[in-house]
Amino acid sequence: MVLNRKNKLLIGLGLACLILVGKLFSIQILNDKFKEEANRNAMVYDIIYPTRGVIYDRKGDILVGNKVAYDILVSPFEVGSFDTLTLASALGVDVEFIRAKMKGYHKTKSRIGNRPVVMIKQVPPETYMKFEELQYKFPGFTGQVRSIRDYPINAGGNLLGYVSEVDANFIKKHEGEYSAGDYAGKTGIEAAKEKDLKGEKGYHIYLRDALNRIQTPYRNGEMDKEAIPGKNIMTTIDATLQQYGQELMANKVGSLVAIEPSTGEILTMVSSPGIDVEMLADIGHHYSEIVNDPYKPMFNRAVQASYPPGSVFKLVNGLIGLNEGVVTPSTSYPCNYGYYYSSDRKLGCHGHKSPLSFSEAIMMSCNGYFCYVLRSILENKRYKNFTEAYNKWREYVLSFGLGEKLGSDFPSELGGNVPSSAYYDKLYGKNRWRFPTIVSLSIGQGEMGATPLQIANLCATVANRGYYYIPHIIKDYEDQTIDPKYKEKRYTMVDTLQFQKVINGMWLAVNGGPGSGGTAVASAIPGLDLCGKTGTAQNPRGADNSVFICFAPKDNPKIAVAAYIENAGFGATWACPIASLLIEKYLRGEISEERKYLEQYVLEGDLMSKVKTD
Amino acid sequence: MYSPVQRKAKQTIDWKLVICYLLLVIIGWVNVIAASHSTESINVFDFTARYGKQLVWILTSFVLAAIILFVLNPRLWEVISIPIYLFVVLLLVAVIFLGTEVKGSHSWFTLGPVRFQPAEISKIATSLVLAMVMGRPGFKLSDSKSFFLICFIIGLPMMVILAESETGSALVYLGFVFMLYREGLSGWLLVFVGISVLLFILTLTISSYVAVLTLAGIAALFYCLDSGKMKVFFLLCAPSICLLAFVPGFIQKLELQFSPFYIVSAISVILIPYLALRSFRKRERQGWIAIIVYLVGCLLVVSTDFIFNNVLQDHQRKRIEVLLGMKDDPTGIGYNVNQSMIAIGSGGLSGKGFLQGTQTAFGFVPEQSTDFIFCTVGEEWGFLGCCVVILLYFFLIYRIITDAEDSREGFTRIFGYCTASLIFMHLFINIGMTIGLMPVIGIPLPFLSYGGSSLWAFTILLFIFISLYRQEKKYY
Repeated sequence: MVLNRKNKLLIGLGLACLILVGKLFSIQILNDKFKEEANRNAMVYDIIYPTRGVIYDRKGDILVGNKVAYDILVSPFEVGSFDTLTLASALGVDVEFIRAKMKGYHKTKSRIGNRPVVMIKQVPPETYMKFEELQYKFPGFTGQVRSIRDYPINAGGNLLGYVSEVDANFIKKHEGEYSAGDYAGKTGIEAAKEKDLKGEKGYHIYLRDALNRIQTPYRNGEMDKEAIPGKNIMTTIDATLQQYGQELMANKVGSLVAIEPSTGEILTMVSSPGIDVEMLADIGHHYSEIVNDPYKPMFNRAVQASYPPGSVFKLVNGLIGLNEGVVTPSTSYPCNYGYYYSSDRKLGCHGHKSPLSFSEAIMMSCNGYFCYVLRSILENKRYKNFTEAYNKWREYVLSFGLGEKLGSDFPSELGGNVPSSAYYDKLYGKNRWRFPTIVSLSIGQGEMGATPLQIANLCATVANRGYYYIPHIIKDYEDQTIDPKYKEKRYTMVDTLQFQKVINGMWLAVNGGPGSGGTAVASAIPGLDLCGKTGTAQNPRGADNSVFICFAPKDNPKIAVAAYIENAGFGATWACPIASLLIEKYLRGEISEERKYLEQYVLEGDLMSKVKTD
Repeated sequence: MYSPVQRKAKQTIDWKLVICYLLLVIIGWVNVIAASHSTESINVFDFTARYGKQLVWILTSFVLAAIILFVLNPRLWEVISIPIYLFVVLLLVAVIFLGTEVKGSHSWFTLGPVRFQPAEISKIATSLVLAMVMGRPGFKLSDSKSFFLICFIIGLPMMVILAESETGSALVYLGFVFMLYREGLSGWLLVFVGISVLLFILTLTISSYVAVLTLAGIAALFYCLDSGKMKVFFLLCAPSICLLAFVPGFIQKLELQFSPFYIVSAISVILIPYLALRSFRKRERQGWIAIIVYLVGCLLVVSTDFIFNNVLQDHQRKRIEVLLGMKDDPTGIGYNVNQSMIAIGSGGLSGKGFLQGTQTAFGFVPEQSTDFIFCTVGEEWGFLGCCVVILLYFFLIYRIITDAEDSREGFTRIFGYCTASLIFMHLFINIGMTIGLMPVIGIPLPFLSYGGSSLWAFTILLFIFISLYRQEKKYY
């Protein structure tokens, strides 16, 4: 071929065609980006939101249900001129609100493109109906059904937790599971059981044109997906009891936990002050109010606050002493307003008879007696040295579910604290600490901490005579079974036979009769064999905390309760009546006439001013 | 008797060209159907729909083709070329004042239900006049008087069309360069245009500094190539230019308030007089050329920079920016191209099938049956379909060029090259635009795009050439 001008031009023509073909090859064959964008262009995913699972109480009453609300969507692309005044009145909002919104959309028009955006969230059906009648006047405005949470009874705000729209962080954290506009449980049961409750979104796929007019269902809808509703779950909560507990705890700071000893099911769990379900339903509006509340209503004290257990811990020391053989039911110790752990230092006690026996010491909550007990445990010659004895003691304590997380199904549970020997070694130096150093552990004070849930579990353990089930809040329901670990008995290291001896003391503490010296005689419920142990835990911030654990009936117990009231003084003054009223309500269904005065006293009690909030 | 060979029509007509034409027109119609149907059923004879109208245009084109082939005397074209040309220029001017405004340009006449664009006919008229003038015996393009005459013939309608703000159609006139090249225009002109385009793009996309460095490299290459000093180029010029390329980076790192141009200017001020002196003494032509290339190039870079930033209006600037990929703007000016590339790209190897395209059918691509008809081809027929169409065009142009070369008459040859150049320009700009190689310039794809005046114009253009060629075949 001669390279004349004709051929040069033909070569040029060939090259130009090759350039075109090359570019076509790159965008049609090599690059998938355009195919994806084409799909995104032409398909409209019409999302169908699933209804969230219902949360039932143990009797099948609805704690959390669903109700219908409507989001008002607007496609700024399709909106022509319309009467803002009519729209505002139909939707029950301010005219300025709509004007401002429309102005905002106009500004971000290119970013919005031709998809609809949410203008108003969760409009109630009554309002939506008004809007629907006039909808034809407002092209571009549509409604979208959303199911939102509904709370038929005010029970267990803190337990249930709230549901709210996911934010960017949440979406990022749960890669691929959520997209903007979805709701998710953020706290409590809603968060813990989110996977079951949320269900699966569905969608209809439509083909649309460039003006976003829906043309036809894509492939006649065969690719569509129906929404799968969330699974319903049943909690162990007794709604009536929970509600009553909340009433009793009104205007007090603290926790009230009730467990069914024979199953470990949590019947009631109150953290006060808590969140009303009304606030949960509209968390968006109340959020800052809740966060700024000095009493921290979001803080679930029942599982997150680590308190010194106080005198209720004497039960544990007593049981270890019995098991180790360093004390017997007939062992007597003297106590004269306290126990001298060095020549000039005394751990004080209140006035009671002296000397006293084991069950009397429990009944009257003698501090001195249990100092002797712990000392005998720790200075037991069976062990090589003091540290080994301490470690053994600690092992016993941990077997009661203290010092470590119980492993309940409640999210954000904390474990309290039982100091290890290493901790004291570090604090005082190796082998430089002895019984006098840690004397306050005898009466559940000092470095130790337990959550109200752990204290309630301790009570359930005693009620069961030596074992417990991990306290839990979700029951088996329909096809959902709970973790088998919640159905395993967990025995303490103390022989089950020892428990009866402690229980006798607890029975006397309540039922010893007036003048007997029992610490909780005022809480006796005639006819119900209530067994209890009071506690008065020191609180460095103000008055002592009032503690009471109790279970009933004595034989074959149905309920075990722990009440922990901050800054309320003696165990007997507030915690006892509250716990005993709760038990009476649960076992009898109502409060007997002769105890009505006690109920009134509790309901009217306002201890908020005693609590320091800074 | 003076007629040595009398061949029959069957033998004299270049049927390969005609078949190629018919195939393209039919492909065009099929794609107009796909591009303008909605989900309802298609009635081919629904003349309110675009595909119905296009059928009318196609049938009338066939009639036109037949008239040109069988009724009109091919000699006629040479005779009436000048009157037609003058008439068309008149029309082009008149349309500015009397025409209907369509999308911001006054380039359409409305006659009852029919609208037509004089610019389409002016391409034919210009081609005819060019063929007539240049085909005369003794015409020499190197003669400056003739050269300016040709420039005037091409430039006059081009300027008027520019005044109608039909930039796209005006741009097509640049295609005559290919014909001129064939007829003896210096190849340097093409090189010059190429370098200008390169500098233009570099100035806008990277920086004028890089453009100037590239220019220096080209000038040095010219000089060294011409005087056989390639060693100097590779050992001295290329490394020093590379080194200079890093200067702006250093300046930025050291945070100096200092333009890298100062260094380049200083070097230029020393080197240029030195080179000039040397060339003068040794009477070296190469030195002077290098200096001129460098200085003219610098002027181009500076003026590009200045015009782009100070003269052009915002929307023009935006178009160039989007084309050169300087700004990504899928919702604004880049929307068309983006959507068109999505449509074509989504076609894949073999396409989605006739009427199965979602992008074109649902109107994502604007102007989809006219300027963006190729999107439908790309989406519904895929890479293979695109290749077939491009191959058909290649064959068509190739065939026109070989036929033109085959011809013994200057008029036929030059008219053939004009036809080939015009079809090529339309083809390359239009398809290039739909796949993002070219800016969005609203010109139709010959034979495929919906629209009567474009189809008619290209039919007339092609069939004049076929009839000219045929006439030669008849008698020689």
